Amino acid sequence: MKRFAQLLDALILAPARGAKLRLLVDHFRSAPDPDRGWALAALTDGLDFPAVKPAAIRDLAATRIDPVLFALSYDYVGDLAETVALLWPPTGIAVHAPLHEIVDTLARARRQDAPALLAGWMDRLDSDGRWALLKLVTGGLRVGVSARLAKTALAEHGGVDVSAIEEIWHGLEPPYAALFGWLDGQGPMPPKTGALGFRPMMLAHALDDADRAALSPRDVAVEWKWDGIRVQLACDGTGAVRLHARGGDEIGGAFPEIVTGLEHRVVADGELLVGTGFRPAPFADLQQRLNRKAPSRALIARHPAFLRLYDILFDGEEDLRALPFATRRARLETWFAQRVAGTPADGRIDLSPRLDATTWEDLARLRDGSAAIGAEGLMLKRLDSAYVGGRPKGSWYKWKRDPMHADAVLMYAQRGHGKRSSFYSDFTFGCWREDGELVPVGKAYFGFTDAELARLDRWVRANAVDRFGPVLVVARELVCELAFDGVQRSSRHKSGLALRFPRIARIRWDKPAAEADRIDALEGLVGRDRADPR
Amino acid sequence: MTMRMRPETWIRPTPQGLYVEPGDFFIDPVRPAARAVVTHGHADHARPGNESVLATAGTLAIMRARYGAAAGGTLQAIGYGQSVRIGDVTVGFAPAGHVLGSAQIVLEHGGSRVVVSGDYKRRRDPTCPPFEPQSCDVFVTEATFGLPVFVHPVDADEIARLLGSVHRNPERAHLVGVYALGKCQRVIRLLREAGWDAPIFVHGALAELCAVYEQAGVALGPLRAVAGAEPRDLAGAIVLAPPSALADRWSRRLPEPLAVAASGWMRIRQRARQRGVELPLVISDHADWPELLGTFADVDAPEIWVTHGQEDALVHAAGLQGRRARALRLIGRDEDGGP
Repeated sequence: MKRFAQLLDALILAPARGAKLRLLVDHFRSAPDPDRGWALAALTDGLDFPAVKPAAIRDLAATRIDPVLFALSYDYVGDLAETVALLWPPTGIAVHAPLHEIVDTLARARRQDAPALLAGWMDRLDSDGRWALLKLVTGGLRVGVSARLAKTALAEHGGVDVSAIEEIWHGLEPPYAALFGWLDGQGPMPPKTGALGFRPMMLAHALDDADRAALSPRDVAVEWKWDGIRVQLACDGTGAVRLHARGGDEIGGAFPEIVTGLEHRVVADGELLVGTGFRPAPFADLQQRLNRKAPSRALIARHPAFLRLYDILFDGEEDLRALPFATRRARLETWFAQRVAGTPADGRIDLSPRLDATTWEDLARLRDGSAAIGAEGLMLKRLDSAYVGGRPKGSWYKWKRDPMHADAVLMYAQRGHGKRSSFYSDFTFGCWREDGELVPVGKAYFGFTDAELARLDRWVRANAVDRFGPVLVVARELVCELAFDGVQRSSRHKSGLALRFPRIARIRWDKPAAEADRIDALEGLVGRDRADPR
Repeated sequence: MTMRMRPETWIRPTPQGLYVEPGDFFIDPVRPAARAVVTHGHADHARPGNESVLATAGTLAIMRARYGAAAGGTLQAIGYGQSVRIGDVTVGFAPAGHVLGSAQIVLEHGGSRVVVSGDYKRRRDPTCPPFEPQSCDVFVTEATFGLPVFVHPVDADEIARLLGSVHRNPERAHLVGVYALGKCQRVIRLLREAGWDAPIFVHGALAELCAVYEQAGVALGPLRAVAGAEPRDLAGAIVLAPPSALADRWSRRLPEPLAVAASGWMRIRQRARQRGVELPLVISDHADWPELLGTFADVDAPEIWVTHGQEDALVHAAGLQGRRARALRLIGRDEDGGP
């Protein structure tokens, strides 16, 4: 545990990618088995301890720490693991249990036994060890290491290409004995992912001005950017079908209407949406399906799902990923015509259409009209781009349509978490109702410069009028211009409305609060982000 | 038998600072006052432009170095353990253990005794005499580290971590962010005690106060200016600079600078991360949580007034000790406690 704690501590403070990479390579090279494998699992979100939930850690803290002092400390520190680690009363000499012992014990533990186990370890760890333990068991280390960086370090340690790691990754299990055996030169390369395994997805960059200058519309395929979730469809040719979400999670069980009836071996890439007649319904409808692992027949009937494909990775045994996009697209269309058209899958799978555009003016016009289609904007994919897992530069771009705007009044503020734990950076905003009451419409985080964040933070502290726990109530005087992607009906907010992806576009130091927008103005925007799906 | 005057009838917080009515003076006024009594030389306590100033010789030397003629109209020095009469109040000075010259102000009036501690700490500091507890009816305390998460480790261990990193990274310059007054000179003394005899490089903004300490008899060993030093001299060197210089263009002249910060805030990892600190050293000139609560017991005050910092938790904890406690909410103090 001591080495793992030192690794996490060093990673969180390492200033740059290169320094983190050196730390990881050194760890994979010198830490013992199976601890290095468990560390790898922790860094790549491969560990899950269902027996431990953050609420259980809070309850555990309450058995040793005064609740008022705990609440004030948590509010200040902003990170549960760090707060509990610092506050846990010391009991004497630190004796670090090995990482694998903790993982093994906890994986077998029943929920009711987990708190006592954790308390026993924490009594014997120092504060750095407690912090690492709590990070480990709650998941989400947030030490600035992506799964990709961890794999890059593995590749460097073993002297292999990172793509070779990606190819076998999804067939591996923690603590990765076969992987480390191979990288150490002691064993064979583990087998590549089978037909149903997840392949790393190719992701797009947001289009910026420099990209626009460098890119010719004639060199790209243009598609709508759909507002669903990205999925990978895998069929093994014997009737078994998988639907993988972005991180590789299998979600096919929640969408039984899609995964039945596909007979041929294929791996394809597309968007999961709900709606009838291939008309995408609002994202909130899809959200209802995503919340259910086993949907009722009524829910399926109300929000039927469909799959809109835009790429093909494997056709039968053949790996198409190295081919240019234009060729893959042609293969996708052929496959669809031969294997889907006329089959029972026909009504649940279609292809994302390619759009015609030869100039930036064409593209801008299409993007402006995307709302009417129910899309978020455009995807621009270089015709010559190979399918490369991760977010390769200069291949695919997303160009989202301009957001909507409204002026809203700051009502409540809370400290941020992580890097922003010392700043008030989470804000609740409201708009005026007809009767003169200010009602909340959504929460927005601050997306601007540190200097402006600091100024906003000072304003909040100077204008606080009340406090509920960590939430400060501020004088209703400051107006911010919010940008957002849409307005939806919501029973959770007093206003009956919720903004989609709200963020602060500008602080209007100049604008009197009375001149902020009224709720009616937002009412007028409901559903404007898409055509009526019915 | 005289009636005891309740302290809140004669000493109170005002927008200008803590005002002592029967003596007509302010303690650490935030705006120029006719008569100021100053606890110590940090800029949020000792400000320029007062007509008369009463403080220790160390504090006055710091004020003169910082403000020159603006340090005050008449400057009156007083030693630890001495007292003077101002109006109807006896004003005594006792060591606070915070920085050179730092003092607790002991006020006696109408049969009651109030101690305004300014900033203080309880552990050994080779650059100033230790805090001396004064029993009192009201103890006015800071709360910079007034949360139980703040427990400062042994400073020699933190210095050992710095020297370990210097040893492992001989090609890099260790740039240590320190406050110019107090922390800088304490870190230098601690390095000397740990056997670091090499010249220590200091940013120009720190040099003058180092000279004040030397004149007060605190030997700092060989110091060199960063300006004019060759990059090869700076590889493997320890360089002290104000915290702001860590992220500043100034640091670009150093070979592969490794950002170090010496501060009580470094106890919180996210704070260190936020400031781009690679090697956080938890070294503070303020009392940590156990020291704050221990001091209340040592001075045995039935009543605690909390000035600046994390007041809520400290007021709560003092209450758990059975003391009456309240927050004064003085303005003009940094929430981060300044130095």
